[in-house]
Amino acid sequence: MNEGLANSLVGTSIAHDSAAKHVSGSAAYIDDLPEPRALLHGYIFTSPHAHARITALDVEAVKAQPGVAAVLTARDIPGVNDVGPSLPGDPIFADGLVEYCGQSIFAVAANSIVAARKAAMKAMITYEMLTPMLSIDAALAAQSFVLPTRTMQRGDPAAALAASPHRVTGRIEVGGQEHFYLEGQIAMAIPGEDGDMLVHSSTQHPTEVQHLVARALKLPDHSVICETRRMGGAFGGKESQASLIAAVAALLAQKTGRPVKLRLDRDDDIAITGKRHDFRIDYDVGFDATGRILGVDFILASRCGMSPDLSAAINDRAMFHSDNAYFLENVRIVSHRCKTNTVSNTAFRGFGGPQGMMGIEAVMDDIARHLHLDPLAVRRRNFYGKRSRNITPYHQVVEDNVITELVGELARGSGYAARRRAVAAFNRENPWIKRGIALTPVKFGISFTFTQMNQAGALVHVYTDGSVQLNHGGTEMGQGLYVKVAQIVAQVFGIVLDRVKITATTTAKVPNTSPTAASSGTDLNGKAAEAAAITIRRRLAAVAAELFGVPPADIRFEDGQVVGGEKSLPFVDVVRAAYRGRVQLSATGFYRTPKLEYDAANFRGRPFFYFAYGAAVSEVEVDTLTGEYRLQRVDILHDVGKSLNPAIDLGQIEGGFVQGMGWLTSEELWWDATGKLRTHSPSTYKIPTIGDVPNAFHVALWTRGRNHEATVHRSKAVGEPPLMLGISVFHALKDAVAACGDGSVLPQVDAPATPERVLMAIERQRLGNARATLEAAQ
Amino acid sequence: MDKAGRDTIRFLLGHEPRALAGADPTQTVLEYLRGTEGLRGTKEGCAEGDCGACTVVLGTEGPDGVAYKAVNACILFVPALDGKQLITVEHLRGSDGSLHPVQRTMVDLHGSQCGFCTPGFVMSLFALYHAHDCTDGTLDRAEIDRALAGNLCRCTGYRPIIAAAAQACAGPAADAFSVAQGSVLARLAAMRAPEMLTLEFDGRRFYAPTTVDQLADLFTRYPKAVILAGGTDVGLWVTKQHRSLDVVISLEAVAGLSNVEQTDTHLRIGAGASYEAALDVLGAAYPDMGALIRRIGARQVRNRGTIGGNVANGSPIGDTMPALIALGALVVLRQGGEQRSLALEDLYLDYRRTAMQPGEFVERIDVPLPRPGVRFAAYKVSKRPEQDISAVCAGFRLELEDSRVRDIRIGLGGVAATPLRAVSVEAVLKGNAWSEATVRAGMAEMDRAIAPISDMRSTAAYRSVIARNLLHKFFLETTPHAARTRLEVPA
Repeated sequence: MNEGLANSLVGTSIAHDSAAKHVSGSAAYIDDLPEPRALLHGYIFTSPHAHARITALDVEAVKAQPGVAAVLTARDIPGVNDVGPSLPGDPIFADGLVEYCGQSIFAVAANSIVAARKAAMKAMITYEMLTPMLSIDAALAAQSFVLPTRTMQRGDPAAALAASPHRVTGRIEVGGQEHFYLEGQIAMAIPGEDGDMLVHSSTQHPTEVQHLVARALKLPDHSVICETRRMGGAFGGKESQASLIAAVAALLAQKTGRPVKLRLDRDDDIAITGKRHDFRIDYDVGFDATGRILGVDFILASRCGMSPDLSAAINDRAMFHSDNAYFLENVRIVSHRCKTNTVSNTAFRGFGGPQGMMGIEAVMDDIARHLHLDPLAVRRRNFYGKRSRNITPYHQVVEDNVITELVGELARGSGYAARRRAVAAFNRENPWIKRGIALTPVKFGISFTFTQMNQAGALVHVYTDGSVQLNHGGTEMGQGLYVKVAQIVAQVFGIVLDRVKITATTTAKVPNTSPTAASSGTDLNGKAAEAAAITIRRRLAAVAAELFGVPPADIRFEDGQVVGGEKSLPFVDVVRAAYRGRVQLSATGFYRTPKLEYDAANFRGRPFFYFAYGAAVSEVEVDTLTGEYRLQRVDILHDVGKSLNPAIDLGQIEGGFVQGMGWLTSEELWWDATGKLRTHSPSTYKIPTIGDVPNAFHVALWTRGRNHEATVHRSKAVGEPPLMLGISVFHALKDAVAACGDGSVLPQVDAPATPERVLMAIERQRLGNARATLEAAQ
Repeated sequence: MDKAGRDTIRFLLGHEPRALAGADPTQTVLEYLRGTEGLRGTKEGCAEGDCGACTVVLGTEGPDGVAYKAVNACILFVPALDGKQLITVEHLRGSDGSLHPVQRTMVDLHGSQCGFCTPGFVMSLFALYHAHDCTDGTLDRAEIDRALAGNLCRCTGYRPIIAAAAQACAGPAADAFSVAQGSVLARLAAMRAPEMLTLEFDGRRFYAPTTVDQLADLFTRYPKAVILAGGTDVGLWVTKQHRSLDVVISLEAVAGLSNVEQTDTHLRIGAGASYEAALDVLGAAYPDMGALIRRIGARQVRNRGTIGGNVANGSPIGDTMPALIALGALVVLRQGGEQRSLALEDLYLDYRRTAMQPGEFVERIDVPLPRPGVRFAAYKVSKRPEQDISAVCAGFRLELEDSRVRDIRIGLGGVAATPLRAVSVEAVLKGNAWSEATVRAGMAEMDRAIAPISDMRSTAAYRSVIARNLLHKFFLETTPHAARTRLEVPA
């Protein structure tokens, strides 16, 4: 890429670094890499039962099949049989007990995937069936939890509720979500000398893959390298879930001494790997006649599946976002983390935050309908203040609140008030087709709430031809992290972008990294890479200062030149001078997020460095005879601070919105009564298509955006927050449902709001109308 | 093996000739490309034709030069390449390495993020770029959606891809492929062989007969053979169910079997005619039929899948049958030298069980032409508007006489073990005034007429409500009524 003047790279819309390769099919994903000689293909045999004891497991017949090189079971693992990311509970191979349908039991390596799969079917396994626990209700009744229940409380919610002039209780069920990254899970393990292992893994967390593979193989961390050039999408689904695939590939490679590729096909991928947690949220809210909340009580219960995985932090984040953008003076949030015999749910863009927000947004909607107010007026009435009413339920002061002005600007720009009137007029005229409109805000906390993870490293080399090689701990999953960080580094040196070579993320270059998650990729790695580049620039400035006879502080790096006073030299000349002068041209960089101080045990302090804000207005049309609907228009205003790359940021916002909309509309996970997930491929699991996106899709970056914290170039994280803009579609649908009633029944819609749920909610509205008519007649 | 047969598949891979001898007849084109050819730009996203990551383009001799059709390589068997040009994402760059206009525009407008779905989008865009219906310089949103609804993207939210399509595909095609059309046509013509393609691999057999008689003979000889039309279902038997197909008889090369013809009274849809091939004619006769077909699968599927296959397969959730039953379509069956025709509803006996005898196959479907005064509507209700399988599908055909129901036919899908004609509901309606009261009585009967199940697509309760409400909706749409009953599709 040549575009972008060297000294104005940051803030410029530059294409994704791999865009030309993407469109010509030359961007290599792991399955596209040249295959090493003697490559074997792995296959994981999974449990057909949700809960059963394995009373016998005989794989001798599998071993005897043609083309089979190795078969591994739990007892064949030299190291630890667990790939739990922080807490144990995720066996690589089930050891006597299967706890979900789809759980890995053993693996085969063979000459081809067909041979491996065929052979695996020859295993003799006997199960003793156990009763599966499948639902949140069942788990709550049995007090079956993967982690202890936690409570966050501020003020006196019980007293506030008791004293409130208005009070509403309700429940919303929020479904899970399959990541549906287009590239399925994959790893290729290549054994080296001394038992070393190189693992190409499609992972957001190479360091964790390295550590867990080493532990399974009984090797020190230094003997395993994990490399990730790019993923074909991840969305949280390759944060902890890639480890199993990498570990199985590496174990098979270790056993056979041959390279092994393990690629899950789509059905296996969806069955084996975790998804977004589904939640059941009960609420009890007291408020005044203006809609202002006086006290609120939330009981969150999530289905974590069979193991803790990342559920502690995910459920914490749901609690942290049960306020969304609203001040809750008297609040209690209880969080149950249910253990069920279903796949262990995991990270997914927003990481519990979206589910937490769904609770408070349901509350806002109920208050508005109860008081016959515009839901937007109620939302505004409860927004955080700037100098007062600005403390979160976990006692962090909201210092950067822009929600009132951002929502004001969006409401004006999108013509919200006039359109609400137009919707009402349309609905008066139309008995069968109804319209709905909703504006919902997003405030999302940025930082890993597990404070130690807020660190990053980078490695920058400058070669004597003036070209630069960049490496950092962040991974590229399509979000444009690599190009953003390259822009930052190129700008430090004042050189054009194509002088900076972006290289694959590898644990051999930058160790002990955090996952590329929590929207933190650019904040952390951009800063680390900038620090490394600044270290080298400082050394170069000293060299140039001596050459030019000016103080180092007067040296500038711009347009490929190093300038000092009246003199200048091309960047490469200064680099060569530095080399001759025996000045080091390589540096590491490191960053730790400042200001974080958080007492996790008591939910008290500052878990977040800052907040990202946004808002969306969606308008829908609903067919009240079938429940089908169409999004007609959406307007989004989102705060990315000072954008590093507006095109990339817009892409994150648009894509996040549509993914959030999918979660709450057509994406439905459906398990049968035995605990088998029956929506395990795109023929049954429906993510949005092009037809779900309206032409009127207006997305703008908030021009006044600027991070008030000293993040890299004052930008803000953008990966996750836009997903929650999709909540506006859900509430627009609810608004249309409400339009079918006379206001006597609160509209009740669970997520995802499939046409079926929408129609059933409409039927309840109509029943309410009929009842009211009947009562009036009596 | 037939003596007259040939065992070599000939096609153009980009612009290079290929001759595959001894091919595995159920190897997919995707496996062939990524494995044998080492062309790894084409991706596997689902292996069931539902995500479009594997989209490639087939060039064939069309009425005005080469016709370019996007198809899913993951469920396309290699013999289908015979006599065609196979174009993949690797073939689009110019000889100087420059990007094709659709590629260039995708880069310029930020149409890729993770990039995994991108080659598939690029190929669908390439087909759209060459489509004849967009040479007038404009491309509306509906056309873009139709071309791209079979390509899933999880990253972008589609907005930049829509923009890229509008910008790159609106004008007349002017690329290296347009220039080479003459020579490609000549080379394709030169590959044309009169003999039947006959493959034997690992004890499995494949035949591509060239006449209906040959087909009938073969099927009589191998009554357990799998009849392969577009392969949009049979492909999944191999890629998803990992089945081994012992004898496959392809309709691909059978002369005349893909024809769509009009007689004085009927449209005759050959069993080999793809949805796309039948769409225009059926849509012209019955606009709702066109709208319905446009929502079956996506273009990659419709370019291969056939109405004949849909009908013969007999799935209770097949989308064309409810409408065809309502229209009074006849299915023409052939067994050896014998031909017979059945009312379509009589084809279906039980779940996936039809009245077809061993060795008997669907030759064509005869759809009555519209008559003045006849009202017809078709509805498809699914979780997602595009490329989804119905929860319920319905077709209604009404003839009124003095505001009374002279005749009504109701076809339903998704509400029983087979595609269903709701005879008892028809009986309740017939002869009565076409009124709210009559329709309410019909709606009440609907519950008795159907036996829906609950599954991942919907509950039985919802299916029941929908079946009733669709009758209501049809009533509203066939009576003078000002209020809208259909969603506005954003244009």
